[in-house]
Parts: sequence; C-alpha cells; structure tokens
Amino acid sequence: MSEQIKMPQLGESVTEGTITKWLVQPGDRVDKYDPIADVTTDKVNAEVPSSFAGVIQELVAEEDETVQVGELICYIDTGEKREDSQNDDKQETAGETDQKEPEPKEEQSMKTRYSPAVMRLAQENDIDLTRLQGSGRGGRITRKDVENHIASAPAPEPEPKTEEPKEDPARYPTYRTKPPEEMEALSEDKEIPLTQMRKAIASNMVKSKEEIPHAWTMVEVDVSNIVAYRDRIKDEFKEKEGFSLTFMPFFMKAIVETLKEFPEVNSVWGGDKIIHKKDINISIAVAAEDSLYVPVIKNADEKSIKGLGKEVYSLAKKARLGQLKEDEMQGGTFTINNTGSFGSVQSMPIVNHPQAAILSIESIIKKPVVVQDDMVAIRSMVNLCLSLDHRILDGLICGRFLARIKEKLEAFQLDREHIY
Amino acid sequence: MSSPSIERFGLSKDRVLSMYETMLLARKIDERMWLLNRAGKIPFVVSCQGQEGAQVGAAMALETEKDYILPYYRDLGLVLHFGMTPVDLMMQGFAKAPDPNSGGRQMPGHFGQKENRIVSGSSPVTTQLPHAAGFGLAAKMEKKDFVTLVSFGEGSASQGDFHEGANFAGIHNLPVIFFCENNKYAISVPMDKQSGSEYVSDRAAGYGMPGVTVDGNDPLAVYEAVKQAADRARNGEGPTLIETMTYRLTPHSSDDDDSFYRSKEEVEQAKQEDAVHTFSAYLKENGVLTEAGEQEMLERIKRTVDDATEQAEEAPYGTPESVLDYVYAQQDGERRWQ
Amino acid sequence: MAVMTYIEAVTAAMREEMTRDEKVFVLGEDVGARGGVFGATKGLFETFGEERVIDTPLAESAIAGVGIGAAMYGMKPIAEMQFADFMLPAVNQIISEAAKTRYRSNNDWTSPITVRAPYGGGVHGALYHSQSVESLFNHVPGLKIVMPSTPYDVKGLLKAAVRDPDPVLFFEHKRAYRLIKGDVPDHDYTLPIGKADVKKEGTDVTVISYGLCLQFAMQAAEKLEDEGISSHVLDLRTVYPLDREAVVEAASKTGKVLLVTEDNKEGSLMGEVAAVIGEHCLFDLDAPVQRLAGPDVPSMPYAPPMEKHFMMNPEKVEAAIRDLAEF
Repeated sequence: MSEQIKMPQLGESVTEGTITKWLVQPGDRVDKYDPIADVTTDKVNAEVPSSFAGVIQELVAEEDETVQVGELICYIDTGEKREDSQNDDKQETAGETDQKEPEPKEEQSMKTRYSPAVMRLAQENDIDLTRLQGSGRGGRITRKDVENHIASAPAPEPEPKTEEPKEDPARYPTYRTKPPEEMEALSEDKEIPLTQMRKAIASNMVKSKEEIPHAWTMVEVDVSNIVAYRDRIKDEFKEKEGFSLTFMPFFMKAIVETLKEFPEVNSVWGGDKIIHKKDINISIAVAAEDSLYVPVIKNADEKSIKGLGKEVYSLAKKARLGQLKEDEMQGGTFTINNTGSFGSVQSMPIVNHPQAAILSIESIIKKPVVVQDDMVAIRSMVNLCLSLDHRILDGLICGRFLARIKEKLEAFQLDREHIY
Repeated sequence: MSSPSIERFGLSKDRVLSMYETMLLARKIDERMWLLNRAGKIPFVVSCQGQEGAQVGAAMALETEKDYILPYYRDLGLVLHFGMTPVDLMMQGFAKAPDPNSGGRQMPGHFGQKENRIVSGSSPVTTQLPHAAGFGLAAKMEKKDFVTLVSFGEGSASQGDFHEGANFAGIHNLPVIFFCENNKYAISVPMDKQSGSEYVSDRAAGYGMPGVTVDGNDPLAVYEAVKQAADRARNGEGPTLIETMTYRLTPHSSDDDDSFYRSKEEVEQAKQEDAVHTFSAYLKENGVLTEAGEQEMLERIKRTVDDATEQAEEAPYGTPESVLDYVYAQQDGERRWQ
Repeated sequence: MAVMTYIEAVTAAMREEMTRDEKVFVLGEDVGARGGVFGATKGLFETFGEERVIDTPLAESAIAGVGIGAAMYGMKPIAEMQFADFMLPAVNQIISEAAKTRYRSNNDWTSPITVRAPYGGGVHGALYHSQSVESLFNHVPGLKIVMPSTPYDVKGLLKAAVRDPDPVLFFEHKRAYRLIKGDVPDHDYTLPIGKADVKKEGTDVTVISYGLCLQFAMQAAEKLEDEGISSHVLDLRTVYPLDREAVVEAASKTGKVLLVTEDNKEGSLMGEVAAVIGEHCLFDLDAPVQRLAGPDVPSMPYAPPMEKHFMMNPEKVEAAIRDLAEF
C-alpha cells in the first residue's frame, strides 16, 4: 500500500519548510522514524523522520523547494494491503458534522416583523410596508428591501387617496395636517369630556367642511295655502292618526317629488365620479338635548304626506329616546333640516357627507308681501336654504331645483291636495 | 551616636545643621498633617515619623542636581531634601490643584515631581524597584553618571518585584541603591513574620551586590552608607542594598490603630531612640547646635508650616471636569468623546 | 515595495525604529542571540548589540517594570512578552504603573513603553500558548491596545506604537506570523493608533473584527461576493480605546452587524463594540447584532479536533455572514 509523507509542522507558527537535502532515494528501505530529509524552517532546522516502515517510492518535493506544512513530500510503500480507501486526513471526529434544519420556502412568518431601520425608513419616506415584498428570512422586509424600493421610485410616491365612498375611519387632525390647538380651561371654566357621539359629530363635520367646497343659496316661498290647509285638518288628524301633523311632511313631499325630476341633486361624490342614486332616501336632522341624529326615511318618494309625517314622528321619537338602530341612520341621499322648529329664519347648513346637498326649512312667518297687481297682502312666508357640494352641483341646477320646489309648494290647492 | 567627629564624612557644620533642620521640618509637617486630619480638614495621613534620620541622611549623600529618587509613601524627609517644598506637601495633603505630585489626584505620600527627579509612584508596593532598575539601565545605556535611589519598607521586600528589580540590577551592574527603611512593621505584621532571614540586607548576596544594615536613627551613619553606595554606583561597580533599622512612631496611617498589635511601652522605648531627639542632643554635645539656635529653628519652621497650611487651605481644587484630563497625551483642551 | 510575512514586518518595524532613534531598545526573554522564539527580533542583536537587544531574566514583571522605568526616564523600550499567556505576572506593572503614570502625576511623568506579545491559537499551543488576553486590558484607560491584521498594518502601527507618547500593548497573532503575507513599503511610514480601517466596502452585512480573524472575515467576504452577498469589513486595528465613530459608521452602513473575535465570547471586547452600536445605531439596525467568538472555556485544548472546534476559521465566519444576510 502506498502512503503519503507530508511536510510536518516544525514549531508553533511555522507554516512552511524547505527540504535542503533528501536523505533517502526511491527504492531505499526505511524503518519507521528513520530520517528521510533535512528540512529548514525559519524557526528550526530538523531531520524529518519517516512516519512508516517501507520502501520509498517517489520523492515529490525537490531539494531547495519550499513546501507548505501538510503538503505531500514523498510516497512510501508499506507493503500492507489497504483496507479501505479512506484518506486519513479526511477522518472526522464523532459529532463534528453540523446539520442545519432546511428552511421552508415561502414561509411568511416574519413578514410584519419590522426592524428599527425598516420602521424609520418607512416613516421617513411614507412607505406602506404592507405593499412591499420581503427578501429576508420568513418573508421579513429587510432594510435593503426598503432602500431598493425607495431607489426604484424616482419621485416620492404620492399618498394613495382614500377610495370614496368607502367608509372612512374617523379623521382627527394629525401632525401632518395641523397640531390641535391647546385649549386650557381656566379655573372657573368647566371641562366637558367628549362623548362618543360628540366625537363622531365633530369628526363628520370636520370631514365635510374640509373636503366639500360648499355653496349656498336660498329662496323665499309663500306657503299660505299649506298653512291654511294644515290648520284646517290638524285637530282631526291628530285625533284620527294619534300624532300631530306638522309642516315637515308637506315640504318633504314637494322636495322628494322634485328630487325625482332632478336626479343630479340626489347624488353622492365618488372620488373620481359622481353617482346618481336611484333611491330617494331622505336624511332628517333630529336634534336631541346634547346630540344630533340623522335618521333616514327610506324610499321617501313612495310615501304620502301622512306616511312621511308618520316616519318623521317615529324616527324623531326614537332619536330622542336613543333607540335608533344602525341601519336607520344609513343610506341617506339628501338631507332635510328643520331649522324653523327653533325659530331660525336663515341658516347655512353643512352638507352631510357624501351627499350632494342639504336643505333647511326655516320658520314660517306672516309678513306683508306684494302680491298681484302691486297689492300688499299678509302671507305666510318661509325661507328654504340650500347648501351644495360644488364639486357635484352648480348654481344653475340648484336654482332650478329650488324654483321647482317653490312652485310646487305655492301651487298647493286647498281642495285638491290629499294627505293620504 | 557612634561618630566621634561630625566632620569625618567631609560634611561642614552648616550641612549638618541643615540635615537636622530638614529632619525637624519633616517631623513638624507630619505632625501638622495629623492635626489637620483630626480636625477633619484632610482625609488621610501616612507618616514619616521615626524615619526622618534615615531619609534625610540618605538624601544628603546624593546629588540633588542629577540623581533620581523613587521614594515610597513615608519618604517626606527624602523629597523635602530633593526640592519639594512645605507648600507643595500641604497642597498634596489638601488635594489642591497646585499639588505638584498629582494635582490632587493621589493620596498623600504618593510623591512625584519631575523637575526634582522624584519619580511618580503608586499604592501597590514595590512596583518602583523594577522602575529603578530601568532608570539604572537608562543611565548605563546613555552613559550618564547619575545614581538612582529607590526606597521601600521591609514588607515590600517580600514582593516579587523586590526580587525581580534587584536581580535585574545585579545582572547588569546598574547604578542603583536599594534603600530599605525597616521600621519593624508592615501595618501590623512584624519582621519575623515577614522574612525568614534576620535582615533584608542578607539577601544582597543572592543578587551579587553588597548588603549592609545600618542604624536608621543615626543620620550620619546612613549618610556614610549611602555615600559609599553612590560612589560605587558612579564608579560602575553596580548596585547596593542598604537596610536602615528604624521605627514607625505613628500607627500605619490615620486610619490605623496600632494598639492591636504593639504595646505602648515598645513605642515609648522607640521614642527614646528617635533620631530627631538623639541627633539634636548629639549636635548640642558637639557644639554645633545651641538651645537658642534650635529655638530659632523651631520658630522658623512653625512659620513655614503655618504659612504652607494657610496657602494650601486657600488654594483652589482642580475643576470637576479636569478629571477627564491626561489619560493620554492631549492637545490643549482636547478630550475624548466620553 | 516588498512582500513580507507578518513577522517580517514586525522585525522590519523594530529595525527601522532602532536605526532612527538610539533611545529605542528591545528587552525580553530570548530576544538576543536567539532572535526571539518566533524570530521576531531576528538579526537585531547582530546589528545593535547586547546593550540595545537585551536578554532579560525569566521574569515578566521585570521586563515590563524595567521597561517602564526606562520609559519614564525618557527611553523608548520595546518589551517582548514571549507569549501573551505569560504576561500575567506583569499585569500589575502594566495596569497599576504604565497605564496610570501620566494620569496620576497630572501629566508630569509618562511611560511610553511598547509591550509586544504574540497571542492567539491554531498552532497546537494548547492552553497556555493560545490565549487572547486583550479583554484583560481593554477597560484600562491609559493603555492603548493595537492588534493588526496585515503585514502593512503591522509595520505602520508598530512604528507608531514605538513613537507614541503613551504605553501601547501590541498583540501579534502568532498564527499570522508566517501565514499572512502582504505588500509592505520599504520606506518609513506610520499608521494612526486609535483609528479603525475599512478593509472592504459592502452593502449587505458589516463585519467588524481585528487581528487574524479579520483575515478570515476577508476570505469569507470574498467568497460570498460571488454569491451576491456584499460584506462591509471594518478592521478595528486599535481595540482600545475604540474608534467609536468608525464602529457607528460601519454598523449604520448595513444595519446587520457581525462581530468576530477568537477570544472567549462572554466579556470579550466585542461586547463593548456591540454596546456602542446599541447606544448609537438603533434606528439603523436591521438585525440583532451578532457575536461570533470562541467558546466560554478556559482556553484552547491541545488535541487537534478540540483546538479546531475552538479556533475561528473562514468557514465559521462565512456561515455567520450568510445567516445575517438571509435574516
């Protein structure tokens, strides 16, 4: 069997040696530990002994050649039969192999584990991390992934606009808009903590005023006929139906009919489009002591004056008792606000987002007006005020819309009109 | 006193008087330090009392203009003669900024002043012995004729650095005087528990140098021994080990109580042999010193010590931030990012 | 420009400094006629004589202490400790004396000594010829500790150490002595002590190391470059006081940091490097800072498989870099 003799390490730190003289030649028989070569290193000079007994086969390294420690210098035939082909310098000690668990691919457990660097970069560059793919272990988004994302987008990505009319979470002023004004209550002032209702009202109003470009218009309507008619039947109605007949359903009826003629007013803002709503669902603002509810009369165009009156009555009652259900306050397409009930003669209501317009009915007041042939008469007059989303509607259409309502209300015939 | 004539070492009367005055000054400064400590003004005192004769006797045998000393913490007498002033020493006691030893960084007794060739030392004992061999080696390499005297207590002689330093000096025949002030106690441990040999000087033979033991209460005998050693050193004859037999009259330090380990009688006996008194008597016997002269000397010293105390009390401390200075060589005001 | 081994650069630096300044001298065990047990002082005895190449008695405290004394006088000693493992008798001299001389004397006295010592394993040196001792000294203000990785750095930094006004411990990896070769300019140059050196620029993983391990890091980094993993390699060069600015800059570069040392892991100076990164780089970090170090056992055993298990090598560094890159 042929064995290898290698350059031994002759001293600490020695990495190579030079064979200055071979002491054996091929064919020489040597005993184990017989010297076979003179070797010089920069630390020591030494005779290198044979590691085996046998016959020298071949001198691989030449004299004066510098050989790295561990490199072959000669072959020796030991005359023994090789049991296996295992090379002695490949021997491994028990337990040296280290086994690594293979990582399952596509694993995403680290997808939303963000390092401080990733968090900082995402904040500084306004990056939505949920939109990035992670190249790290377990799908982790690495700092480099974010840096590459920033580098690949030439300009900072515009903030994605919230899709309308998708329900938006309540929007409070953030540090990006403006800091909330610090209001300190003085010692004699009373601090009222915000109720959930108040917060929601505040939030909705801010949203409407921030987002909607409001325009405003008003008409004065002569409702003497309606007043006379209602005065005539109200006691009988109350007795018969169990609830008071107010002016509200008369106005509502006229408005709903007119909305059918002007579908553009019965619409909502859709971000990149305007949506004309098929159903006419009237939101009515109901004020309770410390709150404001806006319940909805669904399919108002299918109801009579009495039906509308009954709906108004029951929703208002529920509102005041706090018994409104979620679905009774959803889906409005147009809002009517009865500001006249508390004596107002003029108002500029805020549009109920995302609707296109809101109409407020002011107080009915008797006043002298010029009628036919320049005569002066005492008539029951009311102001109808309309606020509109100028993105959806223009002055012309709203003028026509109000004019049509006025026409309908003033044309009310005492003998013809039927409340059922 | 063994010497029949004070002039036998070539010392003038003025020099001998000066020797005594330095001993007395050392004693008075030390006593003042204790008063200040007991008055709560300085936190720590470690004393020279009882060893002034050996210290000043040795110092005067050296050449203060070129020789180096590596004192240990009791060597007030040694450094006074080498140029450190009472004001300097009081500044050290009070840890004030003008302290030339360390600017108030080290405890009292840790002497060092480069301009007077007093080499800075530390608290772990005996480290200065190999340093002294290093100074001796430098003298030899630079072919300078200065002598280096390193002093230490008998307890220090038990440290490995005693052996390593003495051995190195012995091998290279270096101009070093190993000056042991054997005051009988290393804090509480007496000599018979410190060494298997009777004298520290017995070990000199092991390092190939002469070893002598002299009476530390006889400043002139110490002077003589050190003078001979210095001459040998300057002549290239190598190092000498000198052991002076002294006694520590105070506790180890202001924080020690020596009644645990030695009797009052023993201390009283030692006070009888105290060099400050016996040398005074000797000088008077020999007509060198008069009562009036001594009184005048004491008054002069009192004024000096009073003045030094006052100056040190009024001197400023180093600024708090200066704690950051001189870890390494630095440009003006440059400090490392902490 | 010549190609030199690491140890030849050590010798060249000392020879040049001894030629330049007569106050420079060498002392240590076997440094004279023998030229040092590794050959670091080879030829110096012949050139400069026994007065400047001093064979000392077998006493490490004296080697340090005599050197410190000579340095305080104004000489420029280079003290050789035969093995870093044998420095411990000299620790009192190094820590209590050399490190504190300037500070305790309020800048009056200094100890500008250079203490050289071969450290590290991988040479079958067993427990007492293989240790890394830098962390015994790397919280001792007043000391500077230099641990070079290349022959070029060895010459420039050792010359700077000799000229430095403060004590410098100069640790040379004994396995690097003849293993590492590199270009070394013939001319006189020094490199700044206290400054780390970026040995390789990269973008994926920062590797911070020193001494022989730095070489392993470079080998691993070059291999991984082919796989598309880009390593940024910082050589501390001076391990105390740390070049904190360079550490912060290198760590911030990639946010993934691997610290490599052959020293025992717990309490190694890499813990301090990690602390500096923790204090200053939080918002740049993209992965936990990793230490790759020797096991917490007293020292490196003699038996080859055990020694190999303890010893750092390029494969271990490569695996650790890859692991961080994939994190």
